[in-house]
Amino acid sequence: MSSFISYFINGISLGSVYAIIALGYTMVYGIAKMLNFAHGDIIMVGGFTTYVITSTMGMSPMVGILSAVVVCTVLGVAIERIAYKPLRGASSLSVLITAIGVSYFLQNAALIIFGADTKSFQSVINVPPIVLADGAITISGVTTVTVLSCIVILIALTTFINKTKTGQAMLAVSEDKGAATLMGINVNRTIAVTFAIGSALAAIAGVLLCSAYPTLSSTTGAMPGIKAFVAAVFGGIGSIPGAMIGGIVLGVIENLSKAYISSQLSDAIVFSVLIIVLLVKPTGLMGKQIQEKV
Amino acid sequence: MKEISKKTKQSLATYILVIAFYAVCEIWLKTGNMSSLMEGLLVPLCYYMILAVSLNIVVGISGELSLGHAGFMCVGAFTGAIFAVTAGANLPELLELVIAIFLGAAVSAVFGFLIGIPVLRLRGDYLAIVTLAFGEIIKNVINAIYLGVDSAGFHISIKDALSLNLAEDGTTIIKGAQGITGLPRNANFTIGIILLLISLFIIQNLINSRQGRAIMAIRDNRIAAESIGLSVSKYKMMAFVISAALAGVAGVLYAHNLSTLQATPKNFGYNMSIMILVFVVLGGIGNIKGSMIAAVILTILPEKLRFLSDYRMLIYAVVLIAMMLFNSAPKAIAFRERLMESINLKRNKNIKEEA
Amino acid sequence: MKKFMCLAMTAAMLAMSLTACGSSDSAEETTAAAAAAEAEDSTEAGDTASSDAVFVIGGTGPLTGSAAIYGNAVKNGGQIAVDEINAAGGINGYQVKWIFEDDEADTEKAINAYNTLKDQDLQMFVGTTTSGSCLAVVPETENDNMFQITPSGTTADITIPENVYRMCFSDPAQGTKSAEYIGQNGLATKIGVIYDSSDTYSSGIYENFVAEAANQGLEIVGAEAFTADSKTDFRTQLQKLKDAGAELVFLPFYYTEASLVLQQADEMGWEPMFFGCDGMDGILTLEGFDTSLAEGLMLLTPFSADAEDELTQNFVAKYQEDYSEIPNQFAADAYDCLYVIKAAAEKAGITPDMSVSDICEALKPVMTEIEIDGLTGQGIKFTEDGEPNKAPKAVVIENGAYKSME
Repeated sequence: MSSFISYFINGISLGSVYAIIALGYTMVYGIAKMLNFAHGDIIMVGGFTTYVITSTMGMSPMVGILSAVVVCTVLGVAIERIAYKPLRGASSLSVLITAIGVSYFLQNAALIIFGADTKSFQSVINVPPIVLADGAITISGVTTVTVLSCIVILIALTTFINKTKTGQAMLAVSEDKGAATLMGINVNRTIAVTFAIGSALAAIAGVLLCSAYPTLSSTTGAMPGIKAFVAAVFGGIGSIPGAMIGGIVLGVIENLSKAYISSQLSDAIVFSVLIIVLLVKPTGLMGKQIQEKV
Repeated sequence: MKEISKKTKQSLATYILVIAFYAVCEIWLKTGNMSSLMEGLLVPLCYYMILAVSLNIVVGISGELSLGHAGFMCVGAFTGAIFAVTAGANLPELLELVIAIFLGAAVSAVFGFLIGIPVLRLRGDYLAIVTLAFGEIIKNVINAIYLGVDSAGFHISIKDALSLNLAEDGTTIIKGAQGITGLPRNANFTIGIILLLISLFIIQNLINSRQGRAIMAIRDNRIAAESIGLSVSKYKMMAFVISAALAGVAGVLYAHNLSTLQATPKNFGYNMSIMILVFVVLGGIGNIKGSMIAAVILTILPEKLRFLSDYRMLIYAVVLIAMMLFNSAPKAIAFRERLMESINLKRNKNIKEEA
Repeated sequence: MKKFMCLAMTAAMLAMSLTACGSSDSAEETTAAAAAAEAEDSTEAGDTASSDAVFVIGGTGPLTGSAAIYGNAVKNGGQIAVDEINAAGGINGYQVKWIFEDDEADTEKAINAYNTLKDQDLQMFVGTTTSGSCLAVVPETENDNMFQITPSGTTADITIPENVYRMCFSDPAQGTKSAEYIGQNGLATKIGVIYDSSDTYSSGIYENFVAEAANQGLEIVGAEAFTADSKTDFRTQLQKLKDAGAELVFLPFYYTEASLVLQQADEMGWEPMFFGCDGMDGILTLEGFDTSLAEGLMLLTPFSADAEDELTQNFVAKYQEDYSEIPNQFAADAYDCLYVIKAAAEKAGITPDMSVSDICEALKPVMTEIEIDGLTGQGIKFTEDGEPNKAPKAVVIENGAYKSME
């Protein structure tokens, strides 16, 4: 039993990292209607920024996290301005391919700047682990912090979207871009704000990811990015609570299938579950049903 | 009548382009001026072109976004390779390759059908993510498979080579992540071009057939197409299966061009699927000729950028973004149209001042 | 519109083919020039070496992507050896040119990279870095009869052709030796294994380890896999092995992932013995890694960056000066490869004007005669099969440094 709980907690700890990444994914998708494949690489940039500030320059972790947020926000907005904005109105596939180009760019720029050798990230989170059942079960400090930040971000985002003018504007843009423009909403500005928030979330996700799994290289963000994308779809892409649930469920399934079915095939199992969920609920766990009009 | 002749002209132009490409390369090769790099790239160029045109069936003609095309290539490659090292090992080279191609296409088509059943019920980005998921599942499963053969038949395991319990005379065919080794390398440029021409023939015929028009009608307006009695799932499935089969052919060619075959994230992962999608999008969605040219350019480009050493992939990324912006951004399109117009109207004194 | 794009793209393609043509032409010109210079030289200068003619030695490895660290190490390690050789007067009086191409650790790209090297008049090949692409390139070099020595391709089959040699240990050597070592020294009987099921190197060693473990009376209580797509979270695998009662965990993969395994085991409060292979080397120099976690870790390694001997210390100092990193075993293997070529070339008396195939034929018979004192071993000789005869040495990490276990 205690091992089952351990597997479960491992799953939640991995899943909460996916969830935080998926939140950024789903925000951008909901408003800009694009799959931002470069999201995972912004996470990597956030990780590297924190690494440089705390390990290389020896400043406090707080400074590290804040500068990661600033750098990623600026980067996210810049990418949007340079690469995505000119393509507004073009087919969504063109934007997808451009996002992939941006992803290659960030990975290879990081490779040139920081070199090919993997860095070992020093966790910036110093929260003591919670030990239960006489040491049979340990919940690491990073897990606690990740789950808590996940919940805080979820509440903050929901409040922001429902209570502020900008948030309402985002909702309007995600509903109907044309109508929102007619209502006097600055669509470009709203999308830029979305990218800023999404990238800031990516920075936080980067810090948490690297604290939980302390390794850092130019491709660090790629696979978690894809997994989080799957998590976002799983929960219903565009839905904020869906992303959170999707992330955690994905992490738990991944770990339980590793534990009880096959560690070689855990990726295949995760993807199969995704397919099954989509067959039962074609728009994910919490996605909106789209009514087709003739 | 005029309409038809225009279409025939277009498809003829595509064949001529391919044949001209073949002729130029052959002459270049025969006169001995071709660099080793280009010589080595000839067969890859063929299978990349086949992949690009085959994905164009799904993305361009059927209008669905597929991110799992490399999965079908993987199925074809492994089918062809397993045949090559077992039953095909004693056949004459050409016969072996031909049978392998048919087998690869058939097995990929079956996979395409099986995957198509759930996939085609979904829409848009959900469909895309499920195809991506299938691609990853195929890669992951192949990496876990150990396959051996002895006098008692095939043995399969997902643990390790030992648990195959092979008899004395047995050999291991697939060794998990180590894949298949000792493949015959009998693919060549001529065969590649012939396969490309056959693929083109299939696709051009499909586009110009009743079924093709039905598929395009469904793409353009599903509800309208359904209301006139077209079976959406049948026609979508048709496009999906043909596309998968041709990807399988490309996979067989891939496997017969290398002496070893492994399923890595690099060759059969989502990165490869996306690469093929880039060919299609850059070449113009639905534009067969364009996707072939894009495949050639984007395969040669990273090789030609080698002199940049460390900056190679960085520059490649920049070029990719720039090409996409130039190609698809509404402003760039408007600018190009104005440019074309002003060239066309040069003779005319009365140019209207726009901008 | 479409027409315009088509035109533009065709133009681009033409331009590219033309540059391709141009480059091959220029390559030929340089060969011609070199040959001419050579001819002139032999008539005029007699036995003094030409400054124009050089030996072209090249390698390939991943310089981009997630395996970039290994390719870069080989590139840099080779460069240091070539610089030293050139400063000391070259091989047989001829300077050496070191060229290196990115193969992205992909089979298809590896062939492109190798062909690019051939277009630059490659004469001897130090490659490839990774096992998978090495298997793909070997038939090409066999076909060209190109002398090849791989610094780090471990799969057994690589050295089957006569022209191919290996500098590192093979999978069987490592897997079997590890099991033998654990069994003969009675380290433990209940063994857990974690391996990368998507990696040729890791699953190759794993298989050989399991095969030999049975002969050594070791019980494999659990073999847990991970893949390139999920290589950060090992808690579940560790938990399973812990529950299965493993006393020793065998980790046949690279130190970057192993550092995470050690950290996560520590977090869980589990302290089994850990045993790694040559890929584990580098863990002590991993930037930012808490080396106290690696205390008690055993590994089989041919090279350690903090060895006391002069050769290693010079190499490490030079490497740090040039690349501000601490070299790993890939760099060391590449360095040794160049000295193997130098020793064999001097014994065979080859010159740069010989054809690729002639060089290979001249080198093959002397390969079994040479003996090298390198970074990765003393008195290394090669067998007829192309394998080095050096034995993996087991070391244990004590007080943040390797200590020999013999």
